[in-house]
Amino acid sequence: MATMTAPGKTEQPARQVPAPRSGARRSRKIRDNLTGHAFLIGAVLCFAVFTWYPMIRGIVMSFQRTRRGVTTWVGWDNYTRILADPSFWPAWRNTAYFTLLALVIGYAVPFFVAILLNELRHAKGYLRILVYIPVMLPPASALFLFKFYAYDPSDAGLFNAILRALHLPTSQWMQSAEATMPAMVIASTWMNMGSAVLIYLASLQNIPGELYEAAELDGAGLWRRIWNVTIPQTRLILGLLAMMQIVATMQVFIEPLILANGAGTEDSATTVAYLIYQHGFFQNDLNGAAALGVIMLVALAAFSAVYLRLTTKND
Amino acid sequence: MSQESGARTLISQAQLRRGKGRFVYWTLLTLVVLGFTLAFVGPLYWMVTGALKTGQEIAQTPPTLWPKDPDFSNYTDAWSNLNLAKLLFNTFYYAAGAVLFQLVLDTAAAYALSKLRPILGNVILGAMLATLMIPAIVLVVPQYVTVIDLPFAHVNMLDSPFAIWLPLVANAFNIFLLKRFFDSIPDELMAAAQVDGAGPLRTLWSIILPMSRPILGVVSIFAVTYVWKDFLWPKLVMPSPETRTVSVGIYAFSGGSSMNEIVAASVIAAIPTVVIFLIFQRNIMSGLTAGSVKG
Repeated sequence: MATMTAPGKTEQPARQVPAPRSGARRSRKIRDNLTGHAFLIGAVLCFAVFTWYPMIRGIVMSFQRTRRGVTTWVGWDNYTRILADPSFWPAWRNTAYFTLLALVIGYAVPFFVAILLNELRHAKGYLRILVYIPVMLPPASALFLFKFYAYDPSDAGLFNAILRALHLPTSQWMQSAEATMPAMVIASTWMNMGSAVLIYLASLQNIPGELYEAAELDGAGLWRRIWNVTIPQTRLILGLLAMMQIVATMQVFIEPLILANGAGTEDSATTVAYLIYQHGFFQNDLNGAAALGVIMLVALAAFSAVYLRLTTKND
Repeated sequence: MSQESGARTLISQAQLRRGKGRFVYWTLLTLVVLGFTLAFVGPLYWMVTGALKTGQEIAQTPPTLWPKDPDFSNYTDAWSNLNLAKLLFNTFYYAAGAVLFQLVLDTAAAYALSKLRPILGNVILGAMLATLMIPAIVLVVPQYVTVIDLPFAHVNMLDSPFAIWLPLVANAFNIFLLKRFFDSIPDELMAAAQVDGAGPLRTLWSIILPMSRPILGVVSIFAVTYVWKDFLWPKLVMPSPETRTVSVGIYAFSGGSSMNEIVAASVIAAIPTVVIFLIFQRNIMSGLTAGSVKG
């Protein structure tokens, strides 16, 4: 994130021996600048063609319509068509629900796992490797495992077998509209939590031990120490990861695609990202997909702005 | 990960050494080690052994812990029916190219931004970092439209590996990581080389790069795992069966093949990244936290 960089952090000492005459110095300077830009050109071209230009193109496209190779300006037509799609509101509702559930499950769990791991003095390396292994699996592989073995709705499925062994009611998982979202969030959290755990662990290790010492001397119990020392000391990274996680989960795509064959039962799994994919690549409606993309961009930008405003106000 | 074992954390060392604390600590440690092994390796075990079971055995209740009669036919069938050799080769080829392009172009750019500092360098860096704020899904459609008809050149890049390689060069996170690393290399070293008559390219090659091996390693590993894990973009730009990546290929076959065969293929597809992780776990973990915490 751009906000994390500290521009001007490094000093910039004079790097050249001054040339004797000003004309020579100027031509030297021009040559140095040209060399610098020559080193930059490859990456800059890639950014220009594959990120900067598509960003503008996406906005332009959302106001155009291409039919049989002819592109015309159509004003807000794409937006009204997307808004009229019966899946539009379910998609936003599902995406919001997924994001919320992922925040409740997927956000708190890694933090507490990191606190727990930070207290253990043994098997540190082993436990770190364990939590990070799922991050390294190709998501498609991991999701097929969940789909076929874990979320098998019969009693032969892994989760149902465990639930039965514990004498708990079994679930239809992806076949039930209510269980679809929680099941997707569980799979997604399992796959992704490793990175968050490791980032939290690194920031927990930067907390000075004296703070805990002092809190303990003041009679603070375990929970008070977590609440009054650990959380305030890691607040920055907690806030940053919350925002990054929300922005990432709002784009949830592969989980519904593989686990729920895209839409799930009764649109229970359709997400905004999946709807973009549907419009763009199945309904031959790239313009509508671009319009939905712009709506997504505006929604996420608004969210980020509000979030940053709220979290920085406390400082 | 550079914590001295004596550092004070939430609970003091002394408390853990005393009678009750010690008991609680060891119980907790055992529970965590067992629980985490079950939670994170358990599903993988289930996946690997499940694909060794026959269709009947996998549908049996309660499920068996170890296949009664291990049967490798799911793996061999998956290998031949899905043409996994080709899919794995494709993915490896895209990953290798991505590493090459990122290392050459991103390193050069980061070097220019960090050491050569041409005019407008900071503006370019800002424009690059701003792309980190754009959600990937928003760019998918216009990027696809760009790739099927490249501006000015009017080339269709579908099924060409460049459609994977070149967009990956536009990785602001890499440039940021590399630039920050180069910033930490003292300019005096470069000045010394310049006095000896070395040009910028030579300075990069013989002074900067040898000192930057750790960060170059991190960038390479991330490029490989990124390509290996990516799904939507390769699915869109590599539509032909001959050019698919392994994840996309498995997905394409998931409708028509038996469940066990698909899981067997998923196991095979996951092996390379898991092996890479086990070999390079130190670099991966330090790279992950280096990029995100300090800054």
